[in-house]
Amino acid sequence: MSTITPETQIDSGHNDDPSSNYLTSSSGFMSWAFTLDHKRIGVMYLVGIFGSFFLGGVLALLLRLHLLVPNGLFGDWVSLDRYNQLFTLHGAVMTFLFIIPSIPAALGNFVLPLMVGAKDVAFPRMNLASFHLWVFGAIFFLIALVTTGLDTGWTFYTPYSIETQTNVIAATIGAFILGFSSIFTGLNFIVTVNTMRPPGMTWFKMPLFMWAIYATAIIQILATPILGITLLLLMGERILGIGIFDPSMGGDPVLFQHFFWFYSHPAVYIMILPAMGIMSELMSVYSRKPIFGYTFIAYSSIAIALLGFLVWGHHMFVSGQSPMAAVIFSGLTFSVSIPSAIKVFNWTATMYKGNINLATPMCYALSFIFLFTIGGLTGLFLGALATDIHLHDTYFVVAHFHYVMMGGTVIAFVGGLYHWWPKIFGVMYNEFFGRLFCAVVFFGFNLTFLPQFVMGSRGMPRRYATYVDEYQIYHVLSTIGALTLGIGMVGAIAVLVISLFNGRKAPANPWGAATLEWTCTSPPPYYNFAHAPHVGSPYDYSDLKYDARIGGYVKDPNASKTTPPDQH
Amino acid sequence: MYSILADTMFFPPERSSVAGTVDGLFDFIYYLSLFFFVLVVGFMIYFVLKYYQRPGHTETPSPSHNEALEITWSIIPSILVGVIFFFGFTEYLNMREAPENSYEIQVIANKWNWLFRYPNGAESSDLHIPVDRDVKFLLQSQDVLHSFYIPAFRIKMDCVPGRYTWTWARATDTTGSGIDDSSHDPFHLFCAEYCGQKHSQMRALVYVHETADFELWVEKAANILENNTPEEAGEILFKRKGCAQCHSLDGDNSAKYAGPPLNGQWGTDRQVLPRGSSSPITVKMDENYVRQSIRQPNAEIVVGRKPGMTVFTPQLLKDEEITAIIAYLKTLK
Ligand code: HEM
Ligand SMILES: [Cu+2]
Repeated sequence: MSTITPETQIDSGHNDDPSSNYLTSSSGFMSWAFTLDHKRIGVMYLVGIFGSFFLGGVLALLLRLHLLVPNGLFGDWVSLDRYNQLFTLHGAVMTFLFIIPSIPAALGNFVLPLMVGAKDVAFPRMNLASFHLWVFGAIFFLIALVTTGLDTGWTFYTPYSIETQTNVIAATIGAFILGFSSIFTGLNFIVTVNTMRPPGMTWFKMPLFMWAIYATAIIQILATPILGITLLLLMGERILGIGIFDPSMGGDPVLFQHFFWFYSHPAVYIMILPAMGIMSELMSVYSRKPIFGYTFIAYSSIAIALLGFLVWGHHMFVSGQSPMAAVIFSGLTFSVSIPSAIKVFNWTATMYKGNINLATPMCYALSFIFLFTIGGLTGLFLGALATDIHLHDTYFVVAHFHYVMMGGTVIAFVGGLYHWWPKIFGVMYNEFFGRLFCAVVFFGFNLTFLPQFVMGSRGMPRRYATYVDEYQIYHVLSTIGALTLGIGMVGAIAVLVISLFNGRKAPANPWGAATLEWTCTSPPPYYNFAHAPHVGSPYDYSDLKYDARIGGYVKDPNASKTTPPDQH
Repeated sequence: MYSILADTMFFPPERSSVAGTVDGLFDFIYYLSLFFFVLVVGFMIYFVLKYYQRPGHTETPSPSHNEALEITWSIIPSILVGVIFFFGFTEYLNMREAPENSYEIQVIANKWNWLFRYPNGAESSDLHIPVDRDVKFLLQSQDVLHSFYIPAFRIKMDCVPGRYTWTWARATDTTGSGIDDSSHDPFHLFCAEYCGQKHSQMRALVYVHETADFELWVEKAANILENNTPEEAGEILFKRKGCAQCHSLDGDNSAKYAGPPLNGQWGTDRQVLPRGSSSPITVKMDENYVRQSIRQPNAEIVVGRKPGMTVFTPQLLKDEEITAIIAYLKTLK
């Protein structure tokens, strides 16, 4: 495989009119469904992912409403069985269909080739295949949803998953296919970053978002096959009764947990690393300061990706694993916490002496720091063995992972979406409503999940359809919070969607960012760049000047070419 | 003041010997986290207020990295997490291994209830334990994964089918006095590992008794004769005392069972060899024959069987218990 020439990726019906862009260059269903353009694929992913997020969100609100009263609000309609299916499908849809593909497949696909100054990813056809696989995987999930449901929890723990009557097979096939989708995306990005960087873009001149996506891609291709094999074994167990996880046949149910977490712990970093990449871009652009400690952030992404493979056992501290194993896993877990902590310090320090533009993406970035810090710090309670014994499988864990996944990844994703929205669709959204809903989301989020820390540490187990009365107050707060959060999220998305109809036309570079995607027009032309872009430092803002006439930043020809920030 | 707040907000009351240490570690991490949280968010807010974009304000150059600073903020957190790790695992080791001479209770989890079995044979579906005594819980599951969780004791351990796991606790306070449940205010026991439909209803109560009360309770619980008809008690005893291991109740006379079947035998005649004799005699299966076969099983052996049955002394099986078993055998067709 060598580099891609534009000719290899021309869609039929492409139109060469210079005023056209990738959105208008051709039209019709087929021109989208079978496009090889990374930008269109990114947009289709965006639509699919928001569909999944909406589905998962509706399930979440049903869950929360059900938990409003100790015996379940909906009486017989949401029976115990239905509750179990709701939380399983909420978790599975959010994890497999939404959050794992969210940033890499949607934003990554759109932004990464532009950041590299390339015409496309290294393997455009594989990229399209990855999207089609995602669609197929999603269909299997929907089949599980509308047939007998699924009630194993998204973790599919054996032996329960071997004996339940619900549609485990459809869901595992779905997850298996989604795994391939994820591997294809990862592979594509690795090759793209390795082979398609333009001259002058050395590894340490790469934007940090690229580092993060690269690190994520490493995990995607190394860890996902393990999930595939595990799911195949599970299907074998259900259909053929091979007996490797089934204790009644001499199998070991804990073995399944080892396999499962060997994928799923690294998967947590598939979720959070890209969000960290977005954070690095946002903090720098909106503070107009070079990112503080570039080298550390870059290396730590890789370090997190690799260390993340060694800590799966911390999900199993009370599974009966040997105390020695538990101690080792606990120690390793703490070692991964350090790079994450330092990144938070770096982002905060980036604001020092800056010129902080409190545009909506920055508001999301600030809320990320707040929420992710809580998510990360509460991880310390779970990494420490003595306290984890009490907190494991309680609402403390539910709160912790929502702070990391929703407070971290989703918030960064929405921030990133606002940031790149003008580039993707060529329109500016309404700042006032953007910030307003950001505030609603922030408030609703905390009201939903802060009480869960308290009820978890007071002993409320997770995955409970009914509970003892003394926890009700926390559930009530949490449900009110969830409704607020729901309104906030719908509002935040609506602001973006409405801008498509009435948004002011976006300039090429509305934020004054220095990465390459901002040098092409908004939305980008079909071929991305008319001329090969000039590679500079991704975080040097000194020669960008605001031009009020176009409402965006332009390169100031008079600015003396300052030396790029020192990067060892 | 703050620690009072943290205690009351975050925890159920501390009711075991390890709870204090666990909560202490929790508090330690809590204050440390609070400190770092305030530090990070404090700086963030300060920077926003000081450097937000407004007419006339521009960014000013500052170093894009600072080795001394970065090393400091890497090393200090590393040391702190090291400390947390250390306390976490030393206390954990203590929580894992039950002290010697613990009172041992078997915990059998199945969908969706708990069965507790005490050393004297008593069984219950809520947990009863003595105060101030190390109690070891030997956990097993009959079907899928479950997890044995008592928040007031800060203990939790999975019950894994096909394996034994264990945990232990030493309760520091009673939940009431007397052996009557209604005079107690018990703790919760939850199943913490998702196990299917009624997972959230797989709950039990934990009663902690004064030592003397506990002795009374467990004695009474073992004493099933008083609480059942003789036939029912006989059936329970037949199974619990191990009779069922060697005697079939479906007429199976094969070598799979060491002893002869016992159903449908009441009042019938059988051929037996008295000890030391070589010519069989005929006896009738009646009260005295059964009683003798239990107390002195080798005195008369059924033809075709080998001697070898456990001699059930009155310590193993009381006279009243034999009476109950006889009542049960009479009902077997
Ligand atoms: C509107 C926001 C959300 C609300 C109100 C919400 C609420 C809930 C609730 C009530 C549960 C069940 C807890 C239990 O019974 O153990 C749950 C579980 C879960 N949630 Fe969310 N959630 C939200 C967003 C998300 C997001 C964005 C993600 C990930 C991307 C996510 C991932 C999960 C996972 C993985 C589980 C565990 C499912 C399981 O136990 O099998 N949630 N959530
Ligand atoms: Cu259970």
